[in-house]
Amino acid sequence: MGDDRHLFDYLLRLGDSPLVLAQRLGEWVGKGPIIEEDIATTNVGLDLLGQARLWLTYAGEVEARFAGTGRDEDALAFVRDAGAFRNLLLVEQPNGNYADTTARQFLFDAWHLGLLRALTASTDARIAAIAAKGAKEAAYHVERSGDWVIRLGDGTDESHARMQAAIDDLWMYTGEMFMPDATELALVETGVAADVRALQPAWRRHLEAVLAEATLTIPADVFMQGGRGRGGRQGVHTEHLGHLLAEMQFLQRAYPNAQW
Amino acid sequence: MVTPEQVAIMAAAAEAAAARAAPRPSLEAIWHALSAVVDPEIPVVSVVELGMVREVQWDKVDPAVLVVRVTPTYSGCPATGLIMTGIRDALAALGVAEARLETQLAPAWTTDWITPDAKRKLREYGIAPPCAADAPAAPVRIDVSGLRPLRRTAVVVPCPRCGSEHTELVAQFGSTACKAQYRCSDCREPFDYFKPH
Repeated sequence: MGDDRHLFDYLLRLGDSPLVLAQRLGEWVGKGPIIEEDIATTNVGLDLLGQARLWLTYAGEVEARFAGTGRDEDALAFVRDAGAFRNLLLVEQPNGNYADTTARQFLFDAWHLGLLRALTASTDARIAAIAAKGAKEAAYHVERSGDWVIRLGDGTDESHARMQAAIDDLWMYTGEMFMPDATELALVETGVAADVRALQPAWRRHLEAVLAEATLTIPADVFMQGGRGRGGRQGVHTEHLGHLLAEMQFLQRAYPNAQW
Repeated sequence: MVTPEQVAIMAAAAEAAAARAAPRPSLEAIWHALSAVVDPEIPVVSVVELGMVREVQWDKVDPAVLVVRVTPTYSGCPATGLIMTGIRDALAALGVAEARLETQLAPAWTTDWITPDAKRKLREYGIAPPCAADAPAAPVRIDVSGLRPLRRTAVVVPCPRCGSEHTELVAQFGSTACKAQYRCSDCREPFDYFKPH
């Protein structure tokens, strides 16, 4: 019972980050800097949305075990308030300019791929299966966002300055990615969840290699947002999430259960 | 007294019973019928050739129910819904009274399951099929003016139209998430590349 509540929360964490990031990437539709990138950005969003659906569907099934009834993927995505979202603070940050979007994607992708790969060894077979599928997709995401960090960082003076500023601005949201709380640690104990602390060295190595080639510098230690159990995964968000959800959830809020 | 609703219910029950009593099509006929269901994004290859249909068998508990295990290609592939409908329609046309479509996630779908014949059809359709992991590599070039091209290498993807190996990557995602965009430096045609997965 207690385990299922933890599991439900953990599945929301796994699903909400790709869901929110997919929504952000969707905001670029028709506005990308070049048409190929417009298409690529939204295709990455599509991959993430598909993964979010698999996680949230499973979350709803687990919810039914302890709550009697469980919400489906749509109810979880479209009629849940910001405080009940469990995504990382990083992914709800606004798109900004293309360097900001690229930096956010780069920092997330490297973390996401490491997490999904670790979860393929989960003792929960469904988690392992969704992770194995998602990891194949995330591998392409990592390749692409790293390529763009290098090209923009080692590009013109203007693109270099913007890329560095973007990495610096978002850096304070990367701390919580590697801070497990009691919910996660309980599931790490049973082999269901991955211990994010173990993922940090490889993430950092990837960052150092890419940023070096991009002629960018890794930011110095700063105060990290979302620590002490008060971050995105505990439902404490930045002011941006509510605005994002207002747009994403508008139709289902205004016309409940509308279908087309 | 029998109400019109009851009459309708009894008629529906009789119809269902008749359908169940009808001879079941052979599994071979079913596989054959599924071979006509195409991916709407790539209408030259079937869902069987793509390796999406993993198993077809009659349900152990209710032998009148056909169980089809389908594996999606990409998690977010928007064609999945339409493909499922296509499978249902093909089975209904064959006289399968009741089918249960089950989504199978593990093992994750891979382009290794695409049949050699389907790879040939992809190429003829203008989509370069996935290259082997050990295929020769060459420097990648994505040219956006003012920006430095990439310095890493990637597999050489031969042009599906003229066969030239002088091709360049334009973007890592093309018309769908499963494809990348390339351009042939010889015949100058753009083309999609089905990425290894």
